[in-house]
Amino acid sequence: MTTLITNGTVYLDGTFKPRDILIKGGLIKKVAKHLEDKADQVIDAAGMHVFPGFTDIHVHLRDPGQTYKEDIVSGTKAAAHGGFTSLCAMPNTDPVVDNIATVDYIQRRAKDLGYARVYVIGAMTKQSAGLEISEMATMKSGGIVAVSDDGRCVQNSKLMLNCMRYATNFGLPLIVHAEEESLSGKGQIHGGKVSSQLGFTGIPALAEEVIVSRDIMLAENTKSRLHIAHISTARSIELVRSAKDRGLQVTCEVTPHHLLLTEEACLNFDTNTKMKPPLRTEKDRLACVAALKDGTIDCIATDHAPHADFEKVREFDHAPFGIIGLETAFPALYHNLVKPGIVTLERVIQALTSAPAKLLGLPSGVLKTGMPADVTIIDLNQSTTFDADSILSKSKNTPWLNQTLSGKVIWTLLEGKVTWQAEQ
Amino acid sequence: MTSTPQFLGRNVYDLDDYSAEEIMYILDAAKGMKEINLREYKKIPTLRGKTVCTLFVENSTRTRMSFELAANRLSADVVSFQASISALQKGESLQDTVYTLDAMGIDLYCIRHSSPGSPQMVHKYSGKPVINGGDGRHAHPTQALLDIFSIWEKLGDLNGLKITIVGDILNSRVVRSNLIGMKKLGMEVTVCGPRTLMPGNMEEIYGCRVEYNLREALSDADIVMGLRMQMERMTDGLFPSLEEYSKHYVLSKDTIKYAKKDALIMHPGPMNRGVEILPEIADSNQSIIVEQVANGVAVRMALMFLILGGKA
Repeated sequence: MTTLITNGTVYLDGTFKPRDILIKGGLIKKVAKHLEDKADQVIDAAGMHVFPGFTDIHVHLRDPGQTYKEDIVSGTKAAAHGGFTSLCAMPNTDPVVDNIATVDYIQRRAKDLGYARVYVIGAMTKQSAGLEISEMATMKSGGIVAVSDDGRCVQNSKLMLNCMRYATNFGLPLIVHAEEESLSGKGQIHGGKVSSQLGFTGIPALAEEVIVSRDIMLAENTKSRLHIAHISTARSIELVRSAKDRGLQVTCEVTPHHLLLTEEACLNFDTNTKMKPPLRTEKDRLACVAALKDGTIDCIATDHAPHADFEKVREFDHAPFGIIGLETAFPALYHNLVKPGIVTLERVIQALTSAPAKLLGLPSGVLKTGMPADVTIIDLNQSTTFDADSILSKSKNTPWLNQTLSGKVIWTLLEGKVTWQAEQ
Repeated sequence: MTSTPQFLGRNVYDLDDYSAEEIMYILDAAKGMKEINLREYKKIPTLRGKTVCTLFVENSTRTRMSFELAANRLSADVVSFQASISALQKGESLQDTVYTLDAMGIDLYCIRHSSPGSPQMVHKYSGKPVINGGDGRHAHPTQALLDIFSIWEKLGDLNGLKITIVGDILNSRVVRSNLIGMKKLGMEVTVCGPRTLMPGNMEEIYGCRVEYNLREALSDADIVMGLRMQMERMTDGLFPSLEEYSKHYVLSKDTIKYAKKDALIMHPGPMNRGVEILPEIADSNQSIIVEQVANGVAVRMALMFLILGGKA
């Protein structure tokens, strides 16, 4: 099977060039100005942009155990719809991914039925309970790419120190959901102006910053590879910036919603504005945007967190935390950051492709001869309205519900096979 | 007294949706209602055939009674939904509860719920007007209206009046709604309490003064309002003991002297005598605490009348 993508504007080595791409046997065979090769399938990408397939290192597929919210098939279909070809699945499933059998289950199922490549992140502690180190080494031999207790946070500093020593022993990066739970408590939204106004218990910025600070110190001591998930406050970013300046192996990601929305979005009690970390202040949001531009923030990840409608229609303080993000990620970023000229398209693409792949050593994110043919083709001039019917995720919990965003994913190819094709 | 079209079918989530003029219109209507409450036969037929539902998902006796009495005196039918004996206890969602109630033909909901934003949900799922009877720590607009009515009745023009509200500001929906309403009407509001019970950004949000020292806070006040101090706050680690709290924040003869002479004393109830207020103050001639309760019925009658388009 050969595929030829012609006439597109291709993201190559950090810039855009008119190129044709020949795909053979699931790999990129040639990239050149003009290709005359015969192919089984020709995709005319005239007027469109051709990017490496996007990589999301922070996704909740809810499989096994909570498949009413999402499963590996629906989650990877949603990924393909959003232009993603590689995902890292977080381990807070039921059972928790703290054992090799569950790692195997996810990998096999994704391989057999998935519309995207799925990498597994193993739990840092058994059942992510924050009490004992998980069997990281065994899971590593089964293919995990990192460890994390995402959704929870190891509160005990001694245990965290040992998790770092142990993970580093086996070459595993640690991904941290930074939340000091005695400070976040029963908080619902960011602890600030809006929480004071609405009478919600707040989740102060400090709850994140105290752990970011602690874990940077622990990582420095243990020389471990620390990645801060979904960074959300200006002070956390400062801490990461200074850690990087000191040459530590500390990286971080930001979500589209922390780049685009603030606590003000919670004023209408929409439970699709409720997530952890919470939407912060405009000052924090601007710090996230600036840090994405200057590289302090390494990459963009969605924290795709599906919840069923019947869970999200509950009273605000009874509704679960989290929103979906795979399908809206690029359009929301393109529409609100790139189109108005705030961040360059090149930087957003890099933060969705080569940057996250590099962080976890994944073989994707670049359009180069010999690489897997993971390709996303987008028409920046077309738009998508994200209503409940057009969203392929089982869950519809997004603050961009029913909004029309420009930057439409037309084709997604995983190893040369079409995983998403828009109706033309 | 007439209901004007601008009030018809409106929700009362909080006072920020109402202009100063509209608030004064409501107070005027409440004045008329208060006269009815002083009659021997306390009932007018204006809302005959309308059905009001009190949907109380959080326990409250006095506020529910006040709403029900108000509806009764306007001749509306009243159904009372109490969470402790209802399907919500069996795990039914608020959405389904509202769908069920709505099928029975409710014209107006009065809701009390521990979750901020729940009145908005009731309106969303019923399409009917909703009066917020207290949603979590967020808002309690009918309490604020009755407080403002009580001050207006005693002191007249509200513009420039100084009120000091003392106590657990953090957990008080009464304070938040009062701040919105009182600032709209030109009053100067000072909030006072220990810093652990004071939400952040108060000056910025409401344009009020924040004071941690009671004497400073009371100085020159025309009105002083105490708030209920809840015992649970101690176990939350927000203050060490009722005794220590009382020592610094109790409204007593000793402390009240820093306010203006004959300053009005208010409290939304229920009171903890001896903790936030001493009987010598609560029962003094300056106190209008009992009148606040009576005014609550009148204010709620006025709102129901205006929203459901009563004729009189």
